[in-house]
Amino acid sequence: MIEIKNLHKSYKMGSNALHVLKGIDFNVDDGELVAIMGSSGSGKSTLLNIIGMLDVADEGEYILDGIPIKNLNETKAANYRNKFLGFIFQSFNLINYKTALENVALPLYYQRMPRKQRQEKAMKYLDQVGLKEWSHHLPSELSGGQKQRVAIARAMVAEPKVLLADELTGALDSTTSYEVMDLIQKINDLGNTILVVTHEVDIAHMCKRIVYLKDGVIIKDEKVKQVKALAHV
Amino acid sequence: MFDIERWQEIFDTIRKNKLRTFLTGLSVASGIFMLVILLGFGQGMQNGIAHEFEQDATTIVEVWPGITSKGYRGLNPGRRIQLRNENYETATALYADKIEYKSPLIFVRNVSVNYGKEALVYGVRGVSYDYQFIDNQKMHEGRFLNYQDEVSTGKVAIIGKKIKQDVFKEVNTPVGEFINISGVLFKIVGVFDENEEREEERIYIPITTAQKVFNGANNIDNISYTLPPVENFDQAVVQAIAFKDNLRTYLQQVHTVAPDDTSAIQVWSALEEAKRYFSLVGNIKFFFWFVGICTIIAGVVGVSNIMLIVVKERTREIGIRKALGAKPWSIVGMILHEAIFITTIFGFTGLIFSMGLLELVGPNIEVDYVLNPSVNFNVALTTVFVLILAGAIAGFFPAWRAASVHTITALRDE
Repeated sequence: MIEIKNLHKSYKMGSNALHVLKGIDFNVDDGELVAIMGSSGSGKSTLLNIIGMLDVADEGEYILDGIPIKNLNETKAANYRNKFLGFIFQSFNLINYKTALENVALPLYYQRMPRKQRQEKAMKYLDQVGLKEWSHHLPSELSGGQKQRVAIARAMVAEPKVLLADELTGALDSTTSYEVMDLIQKINDLGNTILVVTHEVDIAHMCKRIVYLKDGVIIKDEKVKQVKALAHV
Repeated sequence: MFDIERWQEIFDTIRKNKLRTFLTGLSVASGIFMLVILLGFGQGMQNGIAHEFEQDATTIVEVWPGITSKGYRGLNPGRRIQLRNENYETATALYADKIEYKSPLIFVRNVSVNYGKEALVYGVRGVSYDYQFIDNQKMHEGRFLNYQDEVSTGKVAIIGKKIKQDVFKEVNTPVGEFINISGVLFKIVGVFDENEEREEERIYIPITTAQKVFNGANNIDNISYTLPPVENFDQAVVQAIAFKDNLRTYLQQVHTVAPDDTSAIQVWSALEEAKRYFSLVGNIKFFFWFVGICTIIAGVVGVSNIMLIVVKERTREIGIRKALGAKPWSIVGMILHEAIFITTIFGFTGLIFSMGLLELVGPNIEVDYVLNPSVNFNVALTTVFVLILAGAIAGFFPAWRAASVHTITALRDE
């Protein structure tokens, strides 16, 4: 599903360049649930952003579902993001003046799906994350866990090939985190490919594979025995 | 533009950001409102001044003799100039092709006017029959003086409507009544209507009668001409000035007056006066335009500022939308669409309010030199479109910048 070869990325900070990713080789197969672990500054978020086409690499190859991702302009990137990728952010990134339902339906708007169909589909996904009753509430009326579940529904609604989650439990307490991880595991069990960036060991161990990143290189890449989040709830 | 989904998205945004929308709209609506009101009053002043000048024939040229102010060819200054019939006749003959109506005028002095036992204190003037058209006398009843009255030195008189109202209350109509002017009976043949009240307190008699009966000899006190109408105003002014200068030169020669003596023979042209007023109005209108355009610019700056803040405030939202698959152009389109929609709605609101106010209040304004302030609808419409366009351009740049910011940077915006 994802093939990455010799990926480099550096940021210019004035006259200095900060070399963040120093040659990453990394593959993800269909249906995997991968945690990318590392301390802050290890380059894990940068890697996720490049995979998510929110950022571009300086060097290296990135193939998503057989399509080489290079020379992207914003329009093309927007198209790919919309079709292939679903994002889940630490800070939820819901649009605050839109209801839960409208937030979930937004990716479908950019697929030019008619309003009615859009809302039906969004409702279906909200139902899947257990928030059907909350569909007409604004994000400010939802708890952190509920907000993240809305965000997950929004990431799922366009039926992307890969879900990318950046510290999705970072703003949540541990009980809520496990609830959200349970949802992620269930979604993965349905066959969806999911990448989770985290620095929390317990969250990483709820995935099926952990990639350790340190100072811009992969130091360890191992399959782990998945801990079911449900056990903690 | 006709994308219904986009419209729904914009209505959603507007509905949920009412204050922002209202503030943006207010600066647009007030800009248009001020401009239209200013332009309306500019037009009102022009109408008012045009109206003031319409009351008399605007091509009128009058000659007023006075006292010489400088010596000339051995004659002392301080000499009173007296116009005579032959001056009038010669001047009229000389410039016959340039004249439309003509009339000499004499003020009949030192006479007593009585109606029955009542003494009247109205000015009596001897004029020619053309005077009706020179002074725009509209007849209320009866007729004005005619050629026959003049050649037969008829003892007939025309009175103003105010005199009728004040003196002839007990008779049905003053026409046919007699008034006594210094022992001579004059039959009233007409009552005229004037625009200005003071002009209605006058009695007109034929000039020939005035000269013959009241020792006028062949003296006249004033000569009035009107020039034939010309389509083009500027051309008319040029013609009037040329006529005026010729007439003065002729009269100065006849009366041995220095060519640069301005007080001895004064020739006054209404058109020249009018031109002065019109150029003043032109300047005032220009000033109003200037202020109006400044108002619009202030409106545009206001809209741009708000757009800038709106875009800044929405940076994160733009990032989210882009992460979800919005293309840069759809972001720009969304912001512009919203901006244009709001400016249009509020622009027209301002337009409707201001035009409504002008329509409602305009006709009731009774001030000298301001008449029926109104604004050319096309001009007003154009300004609205200019504002919309300016708002769109002002909104475009921040929108474009926001849309081209890296998604990840936009998402990090707090």
